[in-house]
Amino acid sequence: MPKLTIDGKEIEVAPGTNLIEAARQLGIEIPHYCYHPGLSIAGQCRLCMVDIEKAPRPTIACNTQAADGMVVATQTERVKETQRSIMEFHLINHPLDCPVCDQAGECWLQIYYMKYGLYDPRMVDEKVHKPKAVPLGPHVMLDAERCILCSRCVRFCDEITGTGELGIFHRGDQSEIGLFPGRDLENKYSGNVVDICPVGALTDRDFRFQVRVWYLDTAKSICPGCARGCNIDVHVNRRRPHHAGGKRVARLKPRFNAEVNKWWLCDEGRYGYGFVDDASRVTTPVWRSEPVPWDTAIAEVTRALGRHAPDAVGVVASPKMPNEDLMAVRRLAEALGTRQVGFKVPPRTPGDQDDLLIRADKNPNTRAAELIGLDGDVAGILTAARSGRIKALWVFGHDLFDSAWLESDVTLALGALETLIFTGTNAGRTSALAHLVLPATAWVERDGTFTNWEGRVQRFRPAVEPLGEALPEWDIVGRVLGMLGHAASATRAEHWFVDLAANVEAFRGMTYQSIGETGRMTQ
Amino acid sequence: MNLAQRFYLREVLSGLGLTAGHFFRNMGRHIAHSLGRRDARGAVTIQYPEERRPLAPRLRSLHRLVRREDGSPRCVACMMCETVCPARCIYIVADEHPNPEIEKVPSRFDIDLGKCVFCGYCVEACPEDAIRMDTGILEFSSFSRGGMIYTKEALLALEPAGPDGRPASPVPIPADRRP
Repeated sequence: MPKLTIDGKEIEVAPGTNLIEAARQLGIEIPHYCYHPGLSIAGQCRLCMVDIEKAPRPTIACNTQAADGMVVATQTERVKETQRSIMEFHLINHPLDCPVCDQAGECWLQIYYMKYGLYDPRMVDEKVHKPKAVPLGPHVMLDAERCILCSRCVRFCDEITGTGELGIFHRGDQSEIGLFPGRDLENKYSGNVVDICPVGALTDRDFRFQVRVWYLDTAKSICPGCARGCNIDVHVNRRRPHHAGGKRVARLKPRFNAEVNKWWLCDEGRYGYGFVDDASRVTTPVWRSEPVPWDTAIAEVTRALGRHAPDAVGVVASPKMPNEDLMAVRRLAEALGTRQVGFKVPPRTPGDQDDLLIRADKNPNTRAAELIGLDGDVAGILTAARSGRIKALWVFGHDLFDSAWLESDVTLALGALETLIFTGTNAGRTSALAHLVLPATAWVERDGTFTNWEGRVQRFRPAVEPLGEALPEWDIVGRVLGMLGHAASATRAEHWFVDLAANVEAFRGMTYQSIGETGRMTQ
Repeated sequence: MNLAQRFYLREVLSGLGLTAGHFFRNMGRHIAHSLGRRDARGAVTIQYPEERRPLAPRLRSLHRLVRREDGSPRCVACMMCETVCPARCIYIVADEHPNPEIEKVPSRFDIDLGKCVFCGYCVEACPEDAIRMDTGILEFSSFSRGGMIYTKEALLALEPAGPDGRPASPVPIPADRRP
């Protein structure tokens, strides 16, 4: 293990660690543009200069591995002068259009100019002009003028996705990022090039001009798009409701988790939040097409469920529901005494899968639903409903018509029911048939945990207020349990997690605290 | 307070004296004016709205949006003014401009004058010199709060005040008073 000194502080690092990472471990920032821990080292930007003892001139830190006895200085006059000059070089042809640039506010040129630049510009010639606002693909917009040619996006497409759509064309100050002829930047991870672009050259077409970044609030969350459970930050706009057409969730950004998604996020997950602010959201409890207060709705649910023999009541939980809510559904099934509980609804088209992130199972919490013991036969429940053996059915989340099953079968089954209760975020064909529709909160509006396909339990936090009167499913189920005469004391999702950790073997001993930021594996 | 001040009557009389003094002075001037002394000012009072107090050139009056040569707004919807506005009375919605050199344009630019505190920070913050407060218009009113919201079109139609400080544009008619 090499032991080196950086700015007078000693540190021992793993062999092969470069100086940027070694300094980061000491809390020392070495500015850089082209270096990214997830990509190969290019040494393009020359900004990460440090002084190494006995070296004749400043050296780039990204491509220098820590060696035993190395003495590194990051704050010498020579280093500062070099950084200042390199900032000046980077900005020679960079347009001063920060006001219209979507990156403004999170731009590393702005940040590093204020920290390491602050020079008097000496450039008197006309800046080189290049194409602006060029769509590269369905999600990414290029402004070649703003590019500093760090080549992160090129390396991403070469090394991570292996698709290689991007390259650097022409020479000298005419160099620009571009697509190879006949190609489009349309791989399944194209949104990541926007994240890794340190400047405003690559911007998100979905987010472009919607909200300025300084209006955004952020909350740590988990992507609900598939069973991978990528760690994300949810960026929400609560301060300027007239921006982005009133959409509260502005964008999703990947959050580093070495064990799950590293730095990346697929496009399907990244742009899959549209349902949260969609016009189809259910915002108030509805009983027989009339909006009713929650108390009435809960009383009706309790009456409808309590009227029948235990096995004449069916429950279809959803693998999109968090662990806490699935536990509440299990407690409900126990209270009702029914064994007609299931959650697996086959998708109409099988999901795609690759060996980077995307999983074929497009539900974030299938694993937990299995572990909690809700894995019954949903097709059997529908058959029983059709033959009249099940009288009341409570469907969570699913639109049963959006499945591999025949529409006529689903119509007959749901039509034969005495009471159909639907709880979910958005209206659909199942909710249209339901006698009772109970609005549920979207995952960004509440606290909870998902268990990914490997069994990693990860926490997500509320980013915005629930829309309308929507409640989390655990709360709806908890209120029904209370009406059924069971002591339902849970007032927070965490209380259900305590129940889960105490009574389901795989989750034993877990708490929100012990899950932490990176999640914890089930046993 | 001393005894004389507490006595109250003395202060009342001195106040009445001041008012009466103005009254008789104005009356004298009006009589002189109507008897043919045209050079005598009729009164010390400024006869608003026919007569106006001269405005300082730096005075901040109703905002206007500066136009490009083709009449489109110079504003690029960068939200600097909206961000700096302490009253949060500016509402901008950005849109794509067909010309990639301009790139961004406001599809909506509303100022809620019912909230505006006329601090002038928006003018100060604007990197494009697209908003100014030099119309000389001080008289705008409305019967409703909604009528105090001036839209992009209304703000774009305004002209800067003349060299004498007189407004060159009519006072915009708020939405709630349009026929």
